[in-house]
Amino acid sequence: MHVSSQQFKRKAAEALANPQLHKAMSNLRARMVTGRAQSILELDNFETIREAAKQTRDFALAHLDYLLEEFERNATARGAQVHWAETGEEVNQLVLDIARRNQVRKIIKSKSMLGEETGLNHFLEAAGIEVRETDLGEYIIQEADETPSHIIAPAIHRTSEQIADLFHEKHKLPRKTDIGEMTREARMILRPHFLNADMGISGANFLVAQTGSSMIVTNEGNGRMTTTLPRVHVAIAGIEKVLPTLEDVSFILRLLTRSATGQSISNYLTFTTGPKQLGDQDGPEQFHIIIVDAGRTRVLGSDLRAALRCIRCGACMNHCPVYQNIGGHPYGWVYPGPIGAVLTPAYVGLENAVDLPNAATLCNQCGVVCPVKIPLPDLMRTLREKQVERGLRPWSERVGLRLWGWTARHPTVYAWITRIAARLGRWAGGSARLIRHLPGGSGWTGERDLPSPEGRTFRELYTARAKRHS
Amino acid sequence: MNARDNVLGRIRAALGRSRPLTETEAAPVRALLRENRRGPLPTMNWEPVSRFRERCLSLSSTVDDVHDLQQVPAVVKRYLTINRLPSACVCSPQFAGLDWAGVGLTVEMRPSTGEDAVGITGTYCAIAETGTLMLLSGASNPMKNSLLPETHIAVVSESRILRCMEDGWDLLRKEHGPLPRQVAFVSGPSRTADIEMTLVIGIHGPYRVHVILVGA
Repeated sequence: MHVSSQQFKRKAAEALANPQLHKAMSNLRARMVTGRAQSILELDNFETIREAAKQTRDFALAHLDYLLEEFERNATARGAQVHWAETGEEVNQLVLDIARRNQVRKIIKSKSMLGEETGLNHFLEAAGIEVRETDLGEYIIQEADETPSHIIAPAIHRTSEQIADLFHEKHKLPRKTDIGEMTREARMILRPHFLNADMGISGANFLVAQTGSSMIVTNEGNGRMTTTLPRVHVAIAGIEKVLPTLEDVSFILRLLTRSATGQSISNYLTFTTGPKQLGDQDGPEQFHIIIVDAGRTRVLGSDLRAALRCIRCGACMNHCPVYQNIGGHPYGWVYPGPIGAVLTPAYVGLENAVDLPNAATLCNQCGVVCPVKIPLPDLMRTLREKQVERGLRPWSERVGLRLWGWTARHPTVYAWITRIAARLGRWAGGSARLIRHLPGGSGWTGERDLPSPEGRTFRELYTARAKRHS
Repeated sequence: MNARDNVLGRIRAALGRSRPLTETEAAPVRALLRENRRGPLPTMNWEPVSRFRERCLSLSSTVDDVHDLQQVPAVVKRYLTINRLPSACVCSPQFAGLDWAGVGLTVEMRPSTGEDAVGITGTYCAIAETGTLMLLSGASNPMKNSLLPETHIAVVSESRILRCMEDGWDLLRKEHGPLPRQVAFVSGPSRTADIEMTLVIGIHGPYRVHVILVGA
């Protein structure tokens, strides 16, 4: 996908001024935040499970090569074809080659964020193959030619009215506004595509090393169809998705579904091992699994490794006060919110996403809710430090910090400057004691007044007090 | 060098070693892969059958009870009549021996084509913790029948209601050995909240899941 993270500030400002977006996102807190809070109460040992999940993910990452080879061995033994891709371009080319070898004309796709990373749909369409997203949210944004704004609710930025207009335009059917009826219409439109597609593409929530299985978590049933109906199934998965055993997947799922949507369990957990077997009533003739690096090994070897624990639940963005107000698009790539503020610079380069690690107050709501304990604020701070080290911050900020550093090392100068600033501030505050305009600080005073200083610095007051008492 | 070797090489470099794990280093991983050790489980001090029933209802499934398998056709007939659903069904071959015609149902033992309104399936086992059906693909289980029709009727034997998913894996390993092509854990009718976070029951998969519990 095209990276537009460098326009973060402009797009965030536009998002803040967009009432449609705020209407569309207004249910996020009630449903996702409250839903998670209630559903984790079902687990009397939630924190124990969370710590174990963190350790299991860390263990898997520390033995990644061994587990991936084990996965490959077991998947291959069951007749799956395992491919490896170093880059997003290689993923796209591998999928296209499989499609061409099998005379594929139409593909149905179940949600894959990795597919969004590589721009898979546009690549396949440019090669003349029809691709249908089938997750309702993904289908909506595909029809609208947009990108997802949330990793599990991709069309969360659209109001039902906007979707009603879109369906009316695309489906050429009477406009419906009832959400249930719109959903039924999407089922009716997509059903024939499920039945006559030649190939299905899915992502993978996890790969199971022990059995060579790939598994997906869905609610709509499109994932089951994608992995069962077409004659060829291709699953694409990042290297970090592997877990040792079925038991590991099972206990982590208790966290994943609750953290994601507040559900005790998602409707469909599908474990797929190899293609159709002799005697099977259904299933694809070929099952391909593409294991993908695309920047992940770079993260594995860096001080951002903890980000690879991510199980893509979306809790960090659901709970982020910044995301809640601007939505996902300003982040400019596949992953929005706090995890996006870390993964985007890590995958596409810090110089291409300078503002993202700064688009947070470091309030740590994300860190508190993360089911695998990714220290997101720490990772954002690490990226901020890297920005400064690599000189990626604007010159005004760099000069400012340099001056600050110099004065901080010269206490006498520091004392004089703060004395002058305190008096100037007192004067600027006037009788109301509020500064309404601050040169160079309109980001603050544009929305609110700054209480003015009292006119004397802490040092002056301290010295005066010491004199009084002596 | 191919992509596989490059990726594995980069993983090893990132993990600070230039070679695969030695036999000694790999031993704990191999043990882990063999042992099927469970992660921490929540306290599950409920009675499995009533828990299963309660969770099914909370997932918007419906539940019926029968004493033995022979009563299943009559209960299916009643369910379809009450809900004004068609009386033509597709069904897993395992129930070919039941007297469907006797209650006035047209039941075909074949995979759904996508046009069928009602699919009847067995259930490998059920999970009480979450009200979940564990379905296996195979010669006698068309996965399509629990997926394509708007109504899915699942026959569940009470004696095969287990506590949790981990119990399901153990049973499967004991009875089957290797995994079938697909294991699907189904928890209620399909749903989506992709439009304005508003929950809608029924999207691509079934709109209704009716569970018939066959008692001991």
